[in-house]
Amino acid sequence: MTAPLLEVRHLRVEFNTRRGTLVAVDDVSFEIAPGEVLGVVGESGAGKSITGTAIIGLLERPGRIAGGEIRLEGERIDNLPGEAMRRIRGRRIGAIFQDPLTSLNPLYTIGHQIVETIQAHLPMNHAEARRRAIELLGEVGIPAPERRIDHYPHQFSGGMRQRVVIALALCANPRLIIADEPTTALDVSIQAQIIQLLKRLGREHGTAVMLITHDMGVIAETADRVAVMYAGRIVEIGPVQQVIHDPQHPYTTGLMGSIPAVGQDTERLPQIEGSMPRLDAIPPGCPFNPRCPRVFDRCRVERPDLLQANRTLAACWLHAPERKAPGAGRDWSEGAVHA
Amino acid sequence: MHSASAGQQPQARNTGTDLKAGTPRSVPALLQVRELTKDFDVSRPWLNRMIERSPRQLLRAVDHISFEIERGETLSLVGESGCGKSTVARLICGLYAPTDGSIRFDGVDLATITKRSDMLAVRRRFQMIFQDPYASLNPRWSVERIIAEPIRSHAIVKGDAAIRERVAKLLSDVGMAPSDARKYPHEFSGGQRQRISIARALSSSAEFLVCDEPTSALDVSVQAQILNLMKDLQREHGLTYLFISHNLAVVSHISTRVGVMYLGRIVEIAPTKTLFQRPLHPYTRMLESAIPDITMSGKARTPVAGEVPNPLNPPTGCTFNPRCPFAREKCRVDRPELLPFDGARVACHGVHEGWVPVEVVRQAPDHLA
Repeated sequence: MTAPLLEVRHLRVEFNTRRGTLVAVDDVSFEIAPGEVLGVVGESGAGKSITGTAIIGLLERPGRIAGGEIRLEGERIDNLPGEAMRRIRGRRIGAIFQDPLTSLNPLYTIGHQIVETIQAHLPMNHAEARRRAIELLGEVGIPAPERRIDHYPHQFSGGMRQRVVIALALCANPRLIIADEPTTALDVSIQAQIIQLLKRLGREHGTAVMLITHDMGVIAETADRVAVMYAGRIVEIGPVQQVIHDPQHPYTTGLMGSIPAVGQDTERLPQIEGSMPRLDAIPPGCPFNPRCPRVFDRCRVERPDLLQANRTLAACWLHAPERKAPGAGRDWSEGAVHA
Repeated sequence: MHSASAGQQPQARNTGTDLKAGTPRSVPALLQVRELTKDFDVSRPWLNRMIERSPRQLLRAVDHISFEIERGETLSLVGESGCGKSTVARLICGLYAPTDGSIRFDGVDLATITKRSDMLAVRRRFQMIFQDPYASLNPRWSVERIIAEPIRSHAIVKGDAAIRERVAKLLSDVGMAPSDARKYPHEFSGGQRQRISIARALSSSAEFLVCDEPTSALDVSVQAQILNLMKDLQREHGLTYLFISHNLAVVSHISTRVGVMYLGRIVEIAPTKTLFQRPLHPYTRMLESAIPDITMSGKARTPVAGEVPNPLNPPTGCTFNPRCPFAREKCRVDRPELLPFDGARVACHGVHEGWVPVEVVRQAPDHLA
C-alpha cells in the first residue's frame, strides 16, 4: 500500500470551560491514501467537524489539540506555527464548508477572490492567474466562465456558489480537500450535481477528500471508506460497502436502520432509544452502552479500542477475540429493537 | 374540467374520486383546497417605483393548486426550496391570506367564517408543527405553560388540577415524563423539543396537523423516533396530516399520498406506492433519481441538469420545460393541466399524449436486506 497522504494518530481535542474540560475528540486515528475519499459520518455533536477543523488548524479557542499528532505526507502539521500552517492551508489542504455564502466575500467579484487565492499560493502574474481562474470555473461546471468571473457572489444561485467555493479550494491543486457538509445547504437535485463534481475531481486530479457529513446517502455515493463517529470517537471504520451492508458496531447498525429509504415497505423504522450523550456526561466504558441493545458488563467499565470485525474495524467488545460473536450487526432485529 | 370555478356546488363535484377511482363518497374530505393562489408583492418601495417608473412586481408563490385530504390519511407535499410547499402550509393555517381560491375544512369554507368564536372553534381543530424546535418554543415558558396554552385559550378543560393532569397525559403520549412539565425548553435536546411541539399541537384535541419539515432539523436516529411517534399518534388519535418535506425518503415512509410541487404548482399527485414505483412527471423522475440512495452505493446515476428558474419570471407553458429532457414545442407554449392518468394525476403533455415513455422504476421494496 502507498504511504498515506494524511495520518491522524490518537488525536484528542479538548475545550476548557468553566465547568471543566470537555473532550470533543477522543483518541481518533485514521489515514487517508492519495486520491481516496474518506467519509466521516455521525450525528450532530459527534466531533466530526471538530476533527476536520483540527486538521486544517482552524480550531478556535477554547478548543485545542491536547494530544496525538497529524501528519501530512509524513510531515507533522499539528504543531506548526500560524504562518507555516497558513501556507499549507490552501496550498496543500483545501477546505469547503457548508454554507457557500459565508465562505465568499460579498464585496468582491468571484474572479478577484480566486485570483487573489491563486497568487497567494502560486508564482503567477495577474493575467496568468485570471486565465487559471476561468479554467477552474469551467472545470467545476459554471457556464460561460469568462463572463461569470466578474460577477459578485449574490449573482449566483446556491448550487453555483458552492461550485465557486470548490473552485477556490482547488486553486493551488491541493493534495487533500476537507469538505465539511458541502451539500447540506443544497436541494437534492443540486446536491447530486455537487457529489458528481467532487467524485470527478478526485478521480482526475488524484485529490484525496475527507468528506464530513451526517448524510449516509451522500457517503454511500461518494466515499471509498467511511468512519462512523459517536461521542468524539470513531466507533467503526472500513470500506463503505461493508459498513453500510454489514455494519459491525451496534450503533452503526442502528444508524443504518433508522434511515428511511424510498420504496421501503415498513410500518415503523427501527430506532435507537435515547440520544447521544452530552460532552460533559459521556458514560464510562463504551460511550454507546446506555443505548446499546447488546450491552454486557464489560461495556460499562472498559472502553473498547477499534477491533478487527469482519472486514471493518469496530470499537465494540462483541468483537473481542475471546468472545466470538459472529454477525454482531445482524442480530439487531431479534428482539433487541423497540418496535 | 380541472379548472372548473371554485365554490360552485363543491360537494357535488368529483372531489378526488379520480384519485381513488370508484371509492364511494358520503362525507366530504376533511380538507378541500380549490384553486389556491398566493401572490407576494416584491415590488421596490413606492418612492423607488415612482422615480424609476418600475411597475409593481408580484411573485406567484402558489399557483392555482387544488387537492384534498381525507380523514386519517397523510398527504405530503414535496419539492425543492422555493416551490411553494411551505406557503401552502401557512395558507391553510391562516398565517397568510390567500390571493385567490378556497380552503374548506370539514365542508366549511374558511373564508366565509366571520364570527371570531366560529373561527376559534375551527382553528382548535387544526394545529401546526414547525421545522425548528429551537425557534418554535418560548424559552421563557415552562413546558407545562407551553402545552397548556392551547388548553386554556380554547377552554378545553377548566381548573389548574385538570389542566396539569392533561399536560401530564400529553407528555406521556409523546414519550416524555410527566415531571418534564416543570422544566424549560433549553433543558431538552432537539428531538425532545419536537416532542413538546407535538404535545402542544395535540393539546387542543386537534384532528388535523400541518407539519412543515418537522424532522429536517433532527439527526437521523432522532428523526426515526419522531416519525414513529407521529405514526403511532395518527393511529391512536385518528389524526390527519399534511406533511411538508423536501426529503423523498421520509415522505415515502410516512405518506398515504404525495403531491410533487414545482414553481408553485402541483405537477403530480398520486398514492405513495404508485408515485415511487412509477413516477410519471419528468420532474418527479428527476427528483427520485437525485436521491442519494444508500443501497445503490457506487453506481452511477442519471445526472440532473439545471436549476429551478427565477420564480419572478417563470418559463411559459410548462414551467419545467427548460430542464425537461422530453420538452417539445407544445410544452413551451401550453400550460399542462393536472389531469388523471391511471391512478394518479399529472400535469404533463407528454405523459397524456403518450410521447413520454412511462416506466416502472421500482418493482418491489428494495431496502437493505
